[in-house]
Amino acid sequence: MTPDVRPLDYAAMAKEAGLTAFVVLMLAVVLVGLELRDVPGALALYTRVPDVVAACVIAFIGRIAVILLREGYRDAVMIGGGIASVILLIGLLPEVLFGTQTAVKIANRLMPFEAPVVRWCVFAAALILAARAAIGRRRLRVQDVNARVAAADRAGARMQHIARYAGPALGFAAVALPIVYGHDQQAMSVAILVMTYIMLGWGLNIVVGLAGLLDLGYVAFYAVGAYTFALLATTEGIEWSFWLCLPMAGALAGLVGVLLGFPVLRLRGDYLAIVTLGFGEIIRVVIQNWASFTKGPNGITGIPRPTLFGLSWEEEAPEGQTAFWQWFSNNLWPVEYSAAHEKIFLFYIILFLALIVNWFALRARKMPIGRAWEALREDEIACRSLGINPTNTKLTAFGCGAMFGGFAGAFFATSQGFVSPESFVFIESAIILAIVVLGGFGSQLGVVLAALLLIGLPEVFREVKDFRMLAFGLAMVAIMLWRPAGLLAHREPTVRLKTARAGAKP
Amino acid sequence: MNRPLLEVEHLTIRFGGLVAVNDVSFTAQDRRITAVIGPNGAGKTTVFNCLTGFYKPTIGRMRLMHAATGREFLLERMEGFRIAAEARVARTFQNIRLFPKMTVLENLIVAQHNRLMRASGYTVLGLFGYQGYRRAEAAAIDRARYWLDRTGLTPRADDAAESLPYGGQRRLEIARAMCTEPVLLCLDEPAAGLNPRESDELNALLRYIRDEHRIGVLLIEHDMSVVMQISDHIVVLDYGRKIADGAPAAIRADPAVIRAYLGEPEEAA
Amino acid sequence: MQDSFSYFVNQLISGISLGFVYGLIAIGYTMVYGIVGMINFAHGEIFMIGAFVALIAYFIMEALGMGWVPVAILAMLLLSMLINAAYGWTLERVAYRPLRGSTRLAPLITAIGMSIFLQNYVQLLQGARPRPLKPLIPGGIELWTVKTPGDTDYTVQVSYMELMIIVITIVLMAVFTYVITQTSLGRAQRACEQDQKMASLLGINVHGTIAATFVIAAVLAAVAGLIYTLRYGSIDFFIGFLAGVKAFTAAVLGGIGSLPGAMLGGVLIGLIENFFAGYAEGGSEYKDVAVFTVLVVVLIFRPTGLLGKPDIEKV
Repeated sequence: MTPDVRPLDYAAMAKEAGLTAFVVLMLAVVLVGLELRDVPGALALYTRVPDVVAACVIAFIGRIAVILLREGYRDAVMIGGGIASVILLIGLLPEVLFGTQTAVKIANRLMPFEAPVVRWCVFAAALILAARAAIGRRRLRVQDVNARVAAADRAGARMQHIARYAGPALGFAAVALPIVYGHDQQAMSVAILVMTYIMLGWGLNIVVGLAGLLDLGYVAFYAVGAYTFALLATTEGIEWSFWLCLPMAGALAGLVGVLLGFPVLRLRGDYLAIVTLGFGEIIRVVIQNWASFTKGPNGITGIPRPTLFGLSWEEEAPEGQTAFWQWFSNNLWPVEYSAAHEKIFLFYIILFLALIVNWFALRARKMPIGRAWEALREDEIACRSLGINPTNTKLTAFGCGAMFGGFAGAFFATSQGFVSPESFVFIESAIILAIVVLGGFGSQLGVVLAALLLIGLPEVFREVKDFRMLAFGLAMVAIMLWRPAGLLAHREPTVRLKTARAGAKP
Repeated sequence: MNRPLLEVEHLTIRFGGLVAVNDVSFTAQDRRITAVIGPNGAGKTTVFNCLTGFYKPTIGRMRLMHAATGREFLLERMEGFRIAAEARVARTFQNIRLFPKMTVLENLIVAQHNRLMRASGYTVLGLFGYQGYRRAEAAAIDRARYWLDRTGLTPRADDAAESLPYGGQRRLEIARAMCTEPVLLCLDEPAAGLNPRESDELNALLRYIRDEHRIGVLLIEHDMSVVMQISDHIVVLDYGRKIADGAPAAIRADPAVIRAYLGEPEEAA
Repeated sequence: MQDSFSYFVNQLISGISLGFVYGLIAIGYTMVYGIVGMINFAHGEIFMIGAFVALIAYFIMEALGMGWVPVAILAMLLLSMLINAAYGWTLERVAYRPLRGSTRLAPLITAIGMSIFLQNYVQLLQGARPRPLKPLIPGGIELWTVKTPGDTDYTVQVSYMELMIIVITIVLMAVFTYVITQTSLGRAQRACEQDQKMASLLGINVHGTIAATFVIAAVLAAVAGLIYTLRYGSIDFFIGFLAGVKAFTAAVLGGIGSLPGAMLGGVLIGLIENFFAGYAEGGSEYKDVAVFTVLVVVLIFRPTGLLGKPDIEKV
């Protein structure tokens, strides 16, 4: 190892680490160090000095560790990081391992943070540094952007290799999921939520991943679908069933997509992004304020649940219907009534809808329209020179994406039984876009992976509720820095000369 | 002589106060290679961009005749993509514009978009595996294969277009333009950056396109050896004006051309 | 109809001061967009942080017994600028610099991620409820009084606060204009805007210049934050989103990349919003819709914005 070790320049080290600590001090001194709290009649200033000091010290030490690692001092970092993690762990697990109060006190002195999450993060950072020093890499070296992109491509290519099996395997796992977790309503709710986002991700993937149109207002179509469904299903005199309202919701959302898209799709990438964001907000504001039509901020309640060929999911079926559990007991197998049945049914509906989107996207990619979408993403001017109508091609992508968003919205309305404008804020668009981009543009499997990571994981860690969105934002940044092209960014050709059949005789 | 394939009359293009092209008229014939030459900034590419609909001319008329059907197109009235789709004018670009992440073969299939689109019943039938679309796609692959063979790109057919060497990218762009089955092929400096051997291959390819596919070729070129060897007719532009028009031998001897290229008329010999 | 004219004048002045808030934020968007070609989505959050620091600074001054308003406002201004500079610098260093040279969408996603992070960060540390501040500068200059028969008199006045907002903004804009037109930093910025590779070959520190751009943007956002705090007297962790979106709209409206355009766009958006809210029926609910509609219309008919350079499509 010695040949790798570079002599240390202590002054430069101190300067670098000191600068880091100074920046952290600037960041923390007001916003962390001081807090305005409500006291009767006014606001009062509270201080959190130890937190700020600790943050600066941790930043200083951490930076020095990073420098040491960069210069090749692996052993020192490994030992130091190891010791630090043990001490920090004592503070975290007082009752379990160490009975002595002194050790705990020392550890608490070192880490004055109130929130255990923050302490765990510091512990994890120390542990990661130590581990990084322990495993082979000679020097900690920040990889070049292109190297990280290439890594994502390799990962994607490898995935593509096993996607042949992984896709169906995941599909099978999804179908089988209710058999294992069906009794657990909480788990099924999470599964339905994740599945909804997978569907939305796949829908937006057509627009962003394939056609390269940056849409920051996708939630607008989700909202149109949801409200169309809600209004059709609850307005007196209409009250259509789920299976009739669903296509209507999709069609209307698609139509809105085409109408909105028509004037703006000529705009260049970032302008398009901001205009779609604007449309998203406009639709939300209109829904919120057009109270006579949409019931305004209160939302629409009492949206009926879907039925299975007229079988109701309630314990006591309404007039003229049969309850599913009774029908099932009478005809197939005796079962008890359970509210979980409905959840399972909803899960299968969203799974079915999502798979339709997936099927469409995979097929369309190998159609002329899909190839034109990709070509348009690559070079619009070249497309025009080949006789491809850019506006129509973009509109179809936008319209298809909007339509699938509308389907998902209709499902959302029926599964919640309630819609209100609050569900359709910008952050939803951002989350869906993040799923697409983090997954790797155009990668169907990547969307699944990203949705599981971004939606599934935070739901599992609901206990740390306050930190959920914080971690969510941080995760978006971290994944993007680690894999700038997305998790699985590999483009598989839509046709290969080697395998293409000899065609019709010329 | 028949009506010319392309007739450009009094073409003038202004950008604000700048007159990029000033009252230029010329013709291009079927089965002929017409070269547009001139010093840098003479307005050659601007003429091309006008012909292919990327710019609208300030004044002027551009008429294209389809000899087989007798249909006539006024290019200045058409949108860019319609010029390619209906008038069937194909082009290449000075700075190559391929679809870099798509494979070589896919580049050639995209060029046949409109035909395939109709065959797939505007996607609806195609989604459900309609037989007619499968046949059309196979035919498209055959046409692509034909041009891959002509341009020597068959071994690289399944590689990303961006991974081709420069000369290969130039040839692919020509192959892609030919896959649209044009009546007029416009090439913007196809020999730029090619080595002498590649340049010879290019000449052979262009002759082949002219003689076997019987279409008109319009060419912007700086490389005089290419121009003189393969053109049937040369148009010379300088400062946006046409200064000469004729067969290669006549152009070579034209004093105005020599002046434009060499500057001082007295010393030009 | 003197009455309606007075109303108009009041709406105009308050629209301009609101427009200055948007304009100051919009300059940050337009500068960053000009130099790195990305929408710095977290810029609205930087503005929000500036507003919070300004608010806290007032309470610090009060606690120190230096609550005299001019000194307090100066302290609010300086502290929020300082802290915001640190946030702007860190944002660029952590979230954007590692992605330089990658795809166009990657920094947009990290920007959205940072935006979510910063919102929740402030919410956790400072609480979710709106934080009020008492009006620091009451009163105003009376311009004229309208006599209405029988009814009470109606006075048209420019409040001192709005006057101060306008003065602060204009002074800072002058300093800012000097920095970017007359100093070597400004020159380096323009060079990086044109061609980063060439600039670095000529010995310009590209990373440093971009970082400086983010810092300047953050400092101007701090001013906007201070003004917002003074103007509305109540802030929460969510103000950054809508203000940010509208400011970006302003930048696009004025022509992205153009600094005077950003200010012009800001003022126009401020005026549109204020007049729409003040005059149209149900306007205050739909004022955001009006702003976005104007944006869409402008982009369709003049895609490069009001003062943007028309760009001829390069083929």
